[in-house]
Parts: sequence; C-alpha cells; structure tokens
Amino acid sequence: MRKPPTLLSLTIDIALLNLSHISDLSFLPDHVLLELFLRTLRAGKLTEKILKLFVATGKDEILSLISELNIQLILTPVLPTINIRDDEVDIVIGALHLDLTSFMEDWRAVFSRFHLIIVQDPDLKGDLKIPGGFSFDVYTKSDIESVVGSSSSSVVFSGYSCRYFGYLVSHKKYIISIDDDCTPAKDDKGELIDAVAQHITNLMTPATPFFFNTLYDPFRKGTDFVRGYPFSLRSGVQCGLSCGLWLNLADYDAPTQALKPGQRNSRFVDAVLTVPARAMLPVSGINIGFDRELVGPAMVPAFRLAKEGKFRWETVEDIWSGMCVKVICDHLGYGVKSGLPYVWRNERGNAVESLKKEWEGVKLMEEVVPFFQSMRLSQGAVTAEDCVIEMAAAVKERLEPLDPVFARASEAMVEWVKLWKVVTSRLSNFAA
Amino acid sequence: MAGVSPTPLLKDELDIVIPTIRNLDFLEMWRPFFQPYHLIIVQDGDPSKTIKVPEGFDYELYNRNDINRILGPKASCISFKDSACRCFGYMVSKKKYIYTIDDDCFVAKDPSGKDINALEQHIKNILSPATPYFFNTLYDPYRDGTDFVRGYPFSLREGVPTAVSHGLWLNIPDYDAPTQLVKPRERNTRYVDAVMTIPKGTLFPMCGMNLAFNRELIGPAMYFGLMGDGQPIGRYDDMWAGWCTKVICDHLGLGIKTGLPYIWHSKASNPFVNLKKEYKGIYWQEEIIPFFQAVSLPKECTTVQQCYTELAKQVKAKLANVDPYFTKLADAMVTWIEAWDELNPSGEAPAKTSNVKAK
Repeated sequence: MRKPPTLLSLTIDIALLNLSHISDLSFLPDHVLLELFLRTLRAGKLTEKILKLFVATGKDEILSLISELNIQLILTPVLPTINIRDDEVDIVIGALHLDLTSFMEDWRAVFSRFHLIIVQDPDLKGDLKIPGGFSFDVYTKSDIESVVGSSSSSVVFSGYSCRYFGYLVSHKKYIISIDDDCTPAKDDKGELIDAVAQHITNLMTPATPFFFNTLYDPFRKGTDFVRGYPFSLRSGVQCGLSCGLWLNLADYDAPTQALKPGQRNSRFVDAVLTVPARAMLPVSGINIGFDRELVGPAMVPAFRLAKEGKFRWETVEDIWSGMCVKVICDHLGYGVKSGLPYVWRNERGNAVESLKKEWEGVKLMEEVVPFFQSMRLSQGAVTAEDCVIEMAAAVKERLEPLDPVFARASEAMVEWVKLWKVVTSRLSNFAA
Repeated sequence: MAGVSPTPLLKDELDIVIPTIRNLDFLEMWRPFFQPYHLIIVQDGDPSKTIKVPEGFDYELYNRNDINRILGPKASCISFKDSACRCFGYMVSKKKYIYTIDDDCFVAKDPSGKDINALEQHIKNILSPATPYFFNTLYDPYRDGTDFVRGYPFSLREGVPTAVSHGLWLNIPDYDAPTQLVKPRERNTRYVDAVMTIPKGTLFPMCGMNLAFNRELIGPAMYFGLMGDGQPIGRYDDMWAGWCTKVICDHLGLGIKTGLPYIWHSKASNPFVNLKKEYKGIYWQEEIIPFFQAVSLPKECTTVQQCYTELAKQVKAKLANVDPYFTKLADAMVTWIEAWDELNPSGEAPAKTSNVKAK
C-alpha cells in the first residue's frame, strides 16, 4: 500500500508548478530548498532565471551542489546550432584534373556559400575549367613559383601536395579539403551529406582525447558522457583536425585493393569520435578539415615517395602529415576526431597497376609508424612551428640513415616552417 | 577470401553469468539465442527467496549462503546487495569464455528491424584479433566488408588476441546520476554500426551490462570490487574491473573491443538512489584515473594473477590516502586472487601469447 504524500511534498509540487512566478527563495528552510532544487532538476525546469534564484539564496548546500554537478550559466551557446561564419572557412581543392565542372556542380549546394582556393597541380598542363557561381581563387604553377621561388626548394607542391600551397596562402581559420574525384555521399536515411558542415561541427565542438567515451562524441545531440567518465575531463579540448571517411572506394592501399578488387565500403557508421591521446592513426587526405590557426604549420608537405604518382595508392604524403599533426596535437593538448562525414569516392585507377609500380610506401610505413609512436617533444615546444622544427631534427637524426626520402622530408619540414612564417606575415602585413 | 564462415556457437565453451535479485523472466526473450548455453546465476540479496528460472535452461544457481560455503572467510571479497557479486560466477565457471548480462536487458533490433543476436556478435568480436597499437579509421578491420586502410603497417595487421568485448545499449543509456538528473528523458536511439579496438594506453568506462571476455586470458582481472552493503560506494564495480583489466591487457599485449552488439536496456534506475551510491565515486575517480593512467607493471609480471597482485600493492600504496576504503579494496583484490587460484588450481591464466613487440 502506497504511503499518502506528505504535506511537504505536496507543497513542493505546487512550488514547482509556480516556480516561474516566485521571485525570492531565501526564506525557505535549507532542507526544503534543497528538495525543491533537486525536484526542479528532475522536472527539467532549471532555466537561467531559476538558477539565479537559487544562487541568490546564498545557501552553502545549494551552491556546493551546483558546483559539484558542474551546472554553469552558459554565456555563449556552444550547441546545438553551430553558426558557421562563411568568412571563417576556405575550401581548398587540389586540382589533379583539368575539367572540374562535374565535381563543382556535384558539390555546388555545399560549396557555393564559401570561398574556394583551387590549386592546379603544377605538372598538369592546360587551363582549368571551373563553372560559374562560385567565389574562388586559382593558383597555378607560376603563382606557386612566385611565392616560393623557382629555385628548387625542398618543398614540392606537385601532385596531391599541390593543395598544401592552398593551406599556405589561406588566411581563414578553418580549412576543408576534399579530393577532386569525390562527390557528396548519402547517409543511411538517403539524405545528402553536407561534408563541410560536419567538418566544421567537428572542429568547433570540443574533443575528448584523455579518456574514451563509449558512446563516442559526447557533444552530439542525443548522447552524452557515460557513467564513469571523470567530470574534470568533460569540458574537452579544442579540436585541431577532423578526419572524414569514404563510401564506395575506401582509402585502401594498393595491395589490399588488388587482393579484393570488388570490395566497396557500403557501411555507414554514424559516429564521430576523438582518437585518444598517444594513439596514432593513418590520416587520409581525401576528406579532411583542420583548424589552420592551431595546426596549420603542422600540415607538412614533406614526405614524397621517389616514384609518387597521381593516384592515392601511390602516395603516403597525407599519412606523414597526419601523424605530424597527431603528435603535435597530443603535445599541445588539442584533439583529433575521426568518423563522419562520409564522401562518395569515385572509381579511379587500377590497383594492380599501382602495385606493379610501387611498394615503397608500404615498406616505409614499417619505419614511419614506430618513429611517430615514440616521438616526444620537449616542454619548450609551445607552438606548432616549434614542434615541426623539433620533429624535423628527430627525423634527420633517426630516420635519415634508413632511406634518402627521410632526409628530403626533414629538409622539407624545416623549409615549410620558414615559408609559413614568411607568407603568413606577408599576408597579415597586407591585411593590416 | 570468398564466403563468410558461420560463427561457431561455442556452446560448450561459454557460460552466461547473470546476477539477479528478482526474477529471470527476461530470459524468455533471449531463449532463441541463450538456450544452448549453460547459465550461472548469482543470486544477490535475500538467500531465502527462490529465483524462478524459466523452463528449459541448463543452469547452476548460487546465493549468498553458497558463496559463503564455497569461499569460507574469503567470501568477504564478494560484494553483498550489489550486482558486483556476479564476479563470483566468473570464478566458479569452468569455461573458456564468459558472457554477462543484466536482467533488465532485452533483445534489441538493428536498423533493418531484425533481432540482434548479441551473443553471436560478441563471439565474432572475441574470436577475431584486436588492433590496439594503431588506430584503423575504418574501425574493426576483421569485419566483413572492411579492411585496414592505406598507411596501416603490415607488421601490425596480425593483431593481438581479443580479451574483452564490450557491448552497448539502446534506449536507457548508461549515464551517471547527475547526467540522469539533468537529462531524465534522453534515450539512446543511435545505432552505430562499428566495433573498434580501444588503443593501448587509453582508459575507458567499462559497463558490465553487456560484456563478454576470454576467461582464460583475463578472468582473474575481472574482479568487480567491494560495493553495496556496508561499503561507501556503489555503481563503480564494472568501472573498477574495466580499469584494472585495461591496464593489464595493455601490459600483456591483449586487446579490448567496444561497440556492437547493442542490447535494449529497459530499466532506468532511480537517479537519487544512484547519486547516493556514486557520490563518493565522482570525487574519487578524479584520483583513481590518474593513478591508472600512470600505473606501470614490471615486466616480471607475466600472468594475470601476478599483474593483479602487483596492482593491488600499488592501490594500497597510492590510493590509501584518498580513503581507507582503498586499503580494504586492495586487500580484497588479493583475497580474490587467492580465491581464484584455489577454485582454479591448474588453470593459471596463460602468459602473454602474442609475438607482437611490446610497444
């Protein structure tokens, strides 16, 4: 038999119903106030106004409960609607094909509100075809040479690495970069995915690298931190890099794709997660976003295979720069996310042909990965530039004896930082 | 690499451990998936109550009296009036694999509407390798339809043995009390179609609601601590086991996976009761986490028992000043290992079997 409600609980029920009309709570006895507060929480009625009411009572128990539960007055909205300021984003496209018409048309709905930086692969002869209705700047071989100097520099902006020139000359906060053989994908509900918006969301919401959340990104709508997640780690850190994925032609290496020629990625995994601190990952350049202010100098175009080609299977430049960024983010306390958004990667190239040409990248990974896993930066390295210089020295010392590609990488990293400093100061002088 | 071979049932190699205080009606829904297996039921609470097990299941049932009889004075390490008592089931099992599930967890449906055979997915997870040394961006590379991505070193593609498979929950998510209070209506409706290995060196909050593990590889580490009656804390049993297990797996070169399968969690516990149980834990975990993050086990520890005993020593040395509870807990951890070895005499958990270089 259920006990009848007490007078106290009935009173609190009524108080709860009329909470919005009450202007002062300080007359309430402590235990009643506490009960009312807990019931307000439970009813989901804690608004800013009501929170202020409770705080105004000055009662210790209430104040300590508020701080224990980490209830804060949100001054600037963080979620749910991310206000993307169009002028904070550059979309950088490395053009490895002359005719960008169908690529741009496919992405028009997503790209058209942003400014684009299109960099033409210097090895690609001819003029780019770009449809109208976009705001963009094109950079060609001669533009690259006028900035970098035509004397052979250790930084080479050709092939897939041409896009790094776009990173260099941009002065926006966020950069999104997608390969020119990708189109928008559809999610599991058949809706077209706005990859740019998702990357920006990933970059603008905190990352959580210090403890794994089993429900993945706790800042997504409909989810949260799970039981056992330390409260002190729940505010997260800034996100420096957002790694997206690919449906259809996944980013496999040549041996894997050659062995499974029919394999296509059809699994849509509805998650974004932070890759934990000190865990390394292979970052694919096909579909990424990053915070240029935080990690721009760390996106180094340094690792160039001797026989690097024009298919992703024939490169590992992005794997290298991605691991540089991860080590640097781990050191500086930023996060790296992986997962959504997906893009649809179109058929291109022949894995078996690439396999015949090129094993070098696959073999070199055996040295590259352990190097990055054990890389430790000094306390004195407090900017991304400092970190890259230290890493370049470590590459020279530990990897150079193994293969000449590493000597070139080390030089390129140093050169890149110099270039970065020169170009960014030039741009800021220009803007001033 | 054509056709997919069917997942083995492992019906003589796997025990299902279920803690309960009320009834096991939920088993009816699981019948098509669980009936081939042997159940170990650990009855918590009043031992004079009779727990009804639905017809047709093969089971053994232990109540508090049985625990006291079997363990004698060592029974003090098994919690009373808390689902943490389930770890007694791990100890008395004689099988290679354990699956544990709560009695308010039901069969969930995948996005196509099909019933999810959670046990089958756990078996798939446990029988395929884990990849803790390098994160694969396409998640578990051993699943059908996926693989290692470009840049993943070939020398790491063999993986390591999977010790634990951590499943998730649709409907009532596993939130702590403060989150439950602030979001009483939130339900987990997002089906994330992925299994992934938790990287080496990373801790996670392990939930015991839907969990499978290789008892031979990691069993002795799955001690669910001192919770419930007479203890200052509750709802940290699986957390504690998870942190100990992860540290030991990292040391021994074993992997832990998380993600699929989902079960349907039907009951939301009372957040006010939970808040009282978790209250101290919320503060203590701020000390506990850095402790586990900094733990280093000597390389002489090559079995799970050795690792766990060493861990108990370090808990006593480093966490005792947080609260005297940790001294009690450290002692209980030692008692647990002694009891485990008594009940499993020849079955010392094998030394690390992987050939992967220790990273």
